[in-house]
Amino acid sequence: MSELAWLEATLGASRPRVLSALLRYCRDLDVAEDAFQEASLRALERWPRNGAPRDPVAWLVLVARNAAIDRARRGARLEALPHEALLASSEDAEAEAMERIEAADYRDDVLRLLFMCCRPELAPAHQLALALRIVSGLSVKEIARAFLVSEAAMEQRLTRAKRAIAERPLPFEAPGAREREERIGVVAASLYALFNEGYSASSGALHIRAALCDEAIRLARLLVALAPAASEVLARNALFLLQHARTPARLDARGEIVLLEAQDRARWNRDAIAEGLALLEKARWLGAPGPYRMQAEIAAVHARAERPELTDWRAIEACYAELERLQPSAVVTLNRAVAVAKLSGPAAALALIEPLEPACARYFNYFGAKGALLRELGRPEEARAAWAHALTLANTLQEAAHIRAQLDQLGAGA
Amino acid sequence: MKYAIFCYGQEGVTDALTPAQDEAMMRTIGDTSEALRAEGKLGASGRLMTTSSAVTVRHGGAQTLVLDGPFAETKEHLLGFYLIDCDSLEAAIDAARRLAKGRTPGALEIRPLRTFTDPSPRA
Repeated sequence: MSELAWLEATLGASRPRVLSALLRYCRDLDVAEDAFQEASLRALERWPRNGAPRDPVAWLVLVARNAAIDRARRGARLEALPHEALLASSEDAEAEAMERIEAADYRDDVLRLLFMCCRPELAPAHQLALALRIVSGLSVKEIARAFLVSEAAMEQRLTRAKRAIAERPLPFEAPGAREREERIGVVAASLYALFNEGYSASSGALHIRAALCDEAIRLARLLVALAPAASEVLARNALFLLQHARTPARLDARGEIVLLEAQDRARWNRDAIAEGLALLEKARWLGAPGPYRMQAEIAAVHARAERPELTDWRAIEACYAELERLQPSAVVTLNRAVAVAKLSGPAAALALIEPLEPACARYFNYFGAKGALLRELGRPEEARAAWAHALTLANTLQEAAHIRAQLDQLGAGA
Repeated sequence: MKYAIFCYGQEGVTDALTPAQDEAMMRTIGDTSEALRAEGKLGASGRLMTTSSAVTVRHGGAQTLVLDGPFAETKEHLLGFYLIDCDSLEAAIDAARRLAKGRTPGALEIRPLRTFTDPSPRA
């Protein structure tokens, strides 16, 4: 592996902890980011020459903090620093700072940083953009491209979000157990949204944005480190891994959607599946089933089936039934209906989903699935009508193309 | 004399590698392993999965204690290494509980392996 790759990976992995530690010294996000940037540049210059420090995070915090102090001396914005911080360039202070950082648990600081970006007061799109910018360190350009907006619009969105969080700063006191759990829940919901946005875009020409899924997985790992014994946190990480493992097979060479049953399973990422299954097993061992656990269980059933016909639909149906109990929704029932169709035939499935139609009036997948069931039942005209309606609800070009292909097949078969 | 070599590093860093970088790293390690194996020096080797998949069985008192997470206290050191093949985590924990019997106080950590090769060393 090249030196640059290692350096970049180290800087990327250190970023959340360094930034959250820096925020204790300079309470301003922009100042902390600038300082981190400067420390990164110094690392790129020095580490190849002198070898990497044993604790890159501590090294970066120290150098960044000193950089912030230098800037403050030059009159840049910086709030009151502890007096002792001004001595940080001496050897003793360095050793002491290293030790303090090594001994400190970063958990609450990192959680604070994540929570700051995902606060419920911020619009969901702002939360995701902010987390990608601050915690993941993606450039404004990269985030703008991922959300299909102009760079200027994304810049503005980030500025507004930063202003909103600066207006209502979070206290630095360690949160209580209950508050910590609440924060984890809030961050988790944002990560789930981020993953879904990457896995199946809500709009635009790009159906899958793998970079967003990769980031969501990385952030989910961070969250697991903050709450190692939380079954649902672990299960969510497993779910992301198991779902994302299928990404290489989800679009064909022309960029069109390949349904699960038609995917080349040899292209699934086996490493990600193995890790997902291991984490799921531990989540199972840790606690009672929750919504993420059940979704991960479903993904695991698919991941374990070497061929589509080996899929354990009974297990999938049971998982969806449990999910319906835990978190009732039309979407969950719709998914259960797919399993019911496999087990008991399309008529039973159609009977299950027809009552959902009012709730699913704007839901693309509902009409896609309804069309498929009707076609299987030998009712091509009604299938055509369902798919024609699905076409009007398609979120991405790929979804529309997929439905058009189904309609063409129907035409050819009739 | 046989030796176990435990590799320590920052998990966050390996997680941050792109698949291509990870592959390149594993290829280099693989080449070295091949060479050592050709010299008859290398036996079983494996890459551990993420520390968040770890479970620890603590013993020393009247009963063993199964704990979440890796065993990470630096005051105690890793003393041994077993490879076991079990159908479930439950069964693996059971095996570890039995392995804990008769030992001085300590901990046995159970970790799923990410990759596994098992040729016997020649010497």
